[in-house]
Amino acid sequence: MLKWLETHTPKMVLAPSFIAVLIFVYGFIAWTGWVSLTRSRLLPKYEIDGLIQYDRLFASPRWDTAFGNLFIFGALFIVIAMVLGLVLAILLDQNIRTEGALRTIYLYPMALSMIVTGTAWKWILNPGLGLEATVQGWGFETFSFDWLVDPDMAIYTVVIAAIWQSSGFVMALFLAGLRSVDTEIIRAAQVDGIPTWRVYTAIILPSMAPIFLSAFIVLSHLAIKSFDLVIALTGGGPGYATDLPATYMYAMAFSRGDLGQAASSAMVMMLVVFAIVVPYLYSELRSKDG
Amino acid sequence: MKTYILSAVSGLALVAASAAIADPEAEVLHYWTSGGEAKSVAVLQEEFAANGGTWTDMPVAGGGGDAAMTALRARVLSGNAPTAVQLKGPAIQEWYEEGVLADISSVAEANNWDAVLPASIAGHMKCEGTWCAAPVNVHRVDWIWANASVLEANGIEMPTTWDEFNAAAEKLQAAGIIPLAHGGQAWQDATVFEAVALGILGPDGYRKAFVDLDMDTIKSDEMKAVFDQMRTMRGFVDDNFSGRDWNLATAMVMNGEAAFQIMGDWAKGEFMAAGKAPGEDFLCASTPGDGFLYNVDSFAMFNVDGEDKKAGQELLAKLVVGENFQEVFNLNKGSIPARTDVSLDAFDQCATLSASDMNASSEGGSLLPSYAHGMALRGAQAGAITDTVTAHFNSDMSADDAVNMLADAIANSM
Repeated sequence: MLKWLETHTPKMVLAPSFIAVLIFVYGFIAWTGWVSLTRSRLLPKYEIDGLIQYDRLFASPRWDTAFGNLFIFGALFIVIAMVLGLVLAILLDQNIRTEGALRTIYLYPMALSMIVTGTAWKWILNPGLGLEATVQGWGFETFSFDWLVDPDMAIYTVVIAAIWQSSGFVMALFLAGLRSVDTEIIRAAQVDGIPTWRVYTAIILPSMAPIFLSAFIVLSHLAIKSFDLVIALTGGGPGYATDLPATYMYAMAFSRGDLGQAASSAMVMMLVVFAIVVPYLYSELRSKDG
Repeated sequence: MKTYILSAVSGLALVAASAAIADPEAEVLHYWTSGGEAKSVAVLQEEFAANGGTWTDMPVAGGGGDAAMTALRARVLSGNAPTAVQLKGPAIQEWYEEGVLADISSVAEANNWDAVLPASIAGHMKCEGTWCAAPVNVHRVDWIWANASVLEANGIEMPTTWDEFNAAAEKLQAAGIIPLAHGGQAWQDATVFEAVALGILGPDGYRKAFVDLDMDTIKSDEMKAVFDQMRTMRGFVDDNFSGRDWNLATAMVMNGEAAFQIMGDWAKGEFMAAGKAPGEDFLCASTPGDGFLYNVDSFAMFNVDGEDKKAGQELLAKLVVGENFQEVFNLNKGSIPARTDVSLDAFDQCATLSASDMNASSEGGSLLPSYAHGMALRGAQAGAITDTVTAHFNSDMSADDAVNMLADAIANSM
């Protein structure tokens, strides 16, 4: 009896959460996939009708904008946040005084919600109230910084706010990575007279590869699910110039009564996530096996 | 002891008897949660209670009703619909097609709704010939509001054609005043667009384009002219309009920073709340052109079980279209009664103008549903048009491209 309990207790303890995940994650993914193949409008319908919703989705100029924005925003946000985070981490790694205080200052934006970040940057970037008006008030009459209201540039304001929010967090990740590198190797390199920048590029950074991957995964899922920042900062505007797939999905599902369209856009978003996560999982699992 | 049991039994019988008569009961889902709106709902609640009913309030705040519609969807899917729901326009018929709306024809016929409501508004309340919803008010959408002293100082009359509007706007611009206060949100772009479209296409053209979705009209040269006028209007708006709320635009007119605003009559509520008087501090007129674009709030009645709930539904429907409620509610809300036979003595001059225009338009066949406010088209089609309108207004797209995009977007939304 005791032996039976010993072998089965872990399974029984895990079973409820396993079933919950199975239903509420994978079950609902399957349900969304089903709905995306129907002509559902206000309420879900279950007669399969082929790929019509996907045809509509890819014919929609608004989806084009939203999907294109995802790549502009995602690429810039991930690359710049990682570079900036790394630079900050390396600078902080020089055993400077008051490091703790500086680290807190850089990390603090992460504690703000995206809504607060978005609202604050909306005021800062508003040409009539914020940066532009202030600098013009200082006497530089020709200064212009109106990206927020320029449909071609507005998506970059989202990038700015997102980087401001997240680069401190990336810095914290990298700083932990830098600190975990074996100091013996670094000291040996220093004894050999190798310049500091070479120590970083040849020894420290390559040994931090797993941290880069983690930072990349965290940032890319932040980018794909980005919703609140856009809502607070631009409301998807001007026009729909700063729409992202998540805001598109929300508009279709909750204000347009077009559930099939929302479901198909959600499925496409999920495929994008898969495209990033599956290779990651594959490499993780393979390294465990080998 | 025996008498005790006897009285207990008779007491039970009494309870049973009163249950059979059924006290009216209603659970009402609505999204009127702001100050003036909540006050208006309270009027209905009090009247409902005075007629012996029990009201269960289910207010869902936010998002122009998006959140309320999500709550409604969850309630309907779980088989537990509220008694009455604030719904409007073709959404009523969409819900009817899902098979969840109740028939309130008996109340409508007993109270002669066909005679007291304008025909096109009554049409929205019917589902395949039966009555399924009750109208509360009529908001006029195609209003142009103006700052009286700014117009006077610049020697400008309220414009009656779009050319006059353009000329006035240029004059104002030269004088350093923002001609048009506008908020850059998609629905506000759509509000201006439909007012311009009504003026340029005329009532028949508007109906063909935005009610019947007639492709010839949508691709016509007149439609291009509408987009051209929108491009001109874009030049009359300040550079900082993106994402601005409509009431901030109203405030710009109020304090003389801007001269005009094109917005529904809820803007009047803002002027009134700031203590401004119509005709003195601010002016109201219909936007250039004929016709009347309405946005009618209504309550749709859902299928419910139980005599008490059905009684509540009927009482609610009767009260909503009742003369007293229509007057008091609309005085609070700034709109006008949907009934044409309510005395307008207590209403201000803008509301009186609105009511007389509504009656005239109803007779002349130019009383038209607003597409921008979800009265003319279903969500997917209206959304497709709004996407195009806002994309054009916020870029340098040509009118030709806009018209082609509009036609494609509508076809894609079917």
